[in-house]
Amino acid sequence: MTAILAVTEQRDGALRKVSREAVWAARQLADQLGATVDALVLGAPGVDVAAADLGAAGADRVLVAADAAFARYAPDGYAATVAERAKAGGYAAVIVSATATGKDLAPRIAARLDVPLASDVTALGAEGGKVTASRPVYAGKAIQRVVFEAPQGVVSLRPNTYVVGSAGKAGAVESVAAASVPARVTVREVKASEQGALDVAEAEVVISGGRGLKGPEHFHLVEELAKAFGNAAVGASRAVVDAGWRPHAEQVGQTGKTVSPTLYVALGISGAIQHLAGMRTAKVIVAINKDKDAPIFKAADYGIVGDLFEVLPKLTEEVRKAKAG
Amino acid sequence: MKIAVCIKRVPDTETRIRIAADGVSADEAGVKFILNPYDEFAVEEALQRKEKAGAGEVVVIALGPDAAQETMRTALAMGADRGVLLRADAIPADVLAVAKALAAELKDGGYDLVLFGKIAADDCAQAVGPMTAELLGLPCVTAVSKLELDGGKGVAHREIEGGVEVVEFALPAVLTADKGLNTPRYPALKGIMAAKKKPVEVKPVTFAAPRLRVAALEMPPARKEGRIVGEGPDAVPELVRLLREEAKVL
Repeated sequence: MTAILAVTEQRDGALRKVSREAVWAARQLADQLGATVDALVLGAPGVDVAAADLGAAGADRVLVAADAAFARYAPDGYAATVAERAKAGGYAAVIVSATATGKDLAPRIAARLDVPLASDVTALGAEGGKVTASRPVYAGKAIQRVVFEAPQGVVSLRPNTYVVGSAGKAGAVESVAAASVPARVTVREVKASEQGALDVAEAEVVISGGRGLKGPEHFHLVEELAKAFGNAAVGASRAVVDAGWRPHAEQVGQTGKTVSPTLYVALGISGAIQHLAGMRTAKVIVAINKDKDAPIFKAADYGIVGDLFEVLPKLTEEVRKAKAG
Repeated sequence: MKIAVCIKRVPDTETRIRIAADGVSADEAGVKFILNPYDEFAVEEALQRKEKAGAGEVVVIALGPDAAQETMRTALAMGADRGVLLRADAIPADVLAVAKALAAELKDGGYDLVLFGKIAADDCAQAVGPMTAELLGLPCVTAVSKLELDGGKGVAHREIEGGVEVVEFALPAVLTADKGLNTPRYPALKGIMAAKKKPVEVKPVTFAAPRLRVAALEMPPARKEGRIVGEGPDAVPELVRLLREEAKVL
């Protein structure tokens, strides 16, 4: 029986949202291939297995590799454990989330297994029994469709691309061995960022500011709108990151992050091609800019031409009201 | 300190991408190519480490067509000592094949540090660095935005969602450079002149049959035409109504 392995991700013992997306994507692929789905949880003993959640997302089995060294991301131990499991289980595909951790982990797994990798995939499929994947290249300026010409492959899946439904599978929990390999690198500490836990690459709503804000001291207007939405992360254009107004972690675009939120709001961003490449897969795009000819309006679903310093406080107030009502 | 920097020639990030007649690759006609932006951080870091150590060598290694030599000259003009071009007319989409060719070149090089850029602006795979490290059996930290080296040990910061991981490792190691690691220097005229005389060794590489086949390269689906809701703060209530009732995102 063919099977697909979905590697989940936890932080501080709690499964992250992307885990269910990876399992759901695995389920969709498995249904096309007539395969089963195993979800793999790596964590310290006592990690929240969330078997009911993973079963609902489509896992037939939830495999748990518990090791005291797995509390934090342990690149060598994680990669060896997934690779050993993938070899033993003969999975047609190993699906990892394309998060900061997953982007580090997936290539290591592929190299250890000596199998091909497709990174940052936005859609998976099957064609004549082979796994296919679509992935944005040139930071989203084009889409590459690839076919795995191998019995096994590794995929990293872009967060926010699969909307998780309900599959109602068993999610039967089983223990599997954690690989005992020496750790060549050790995560000594995780420092929480001052901007808060929500990352532009994963947030459902991204509120980005550009040069139109005129200075870093005005970015609180962007932050206040993000706060009004509640589930929003603050993003920034390359111009303002290069100017040192905002940290690189917030940069959206070809030399920053590529994002696919439900709603993207571009404030005072002209819309350079490298920025558009990074956000064009957002479901809904709103632009506010004082220049009616700014290229951002060509990408936007809704635009307001106007002075940010007049429009933004009003928008924050209206969003707050809408959220409250 | 002997440092290798693996670099890539990529289309300028301000370039529009057109699909070539073969339907699986980008049309290179009229496209300006540059040193991959993240590789600039890797080159700069190598140069600073060598300068700090007071001795050593910085070797830039590129895999690509003959034209990648021009890209390599940028790194040599910044101050790298010599170059190695692993010549291949086409770079496989199966990036593990690329990592294998680089690992074979690096294996007996005696490097203390192997640096990559975090991600290539063309294939966006973000994989060749850690794959190469695995093949070489070396410690690897990806997306490094801060680096401290002391003797044979290192501490690197890498950004994760909502935080920073502080990672310890021992040399020799493979690191991939993120923005923020340093500020890359501009090649000075003197460097540009000197770069012309620096040695570049060209070695042809061949690849096994690819196990990841590109079936198509397509333009992303066009977004439907948007509209200007209005001008100034008076347009805000209508925008909020549309977000709520039409787009259903509020």
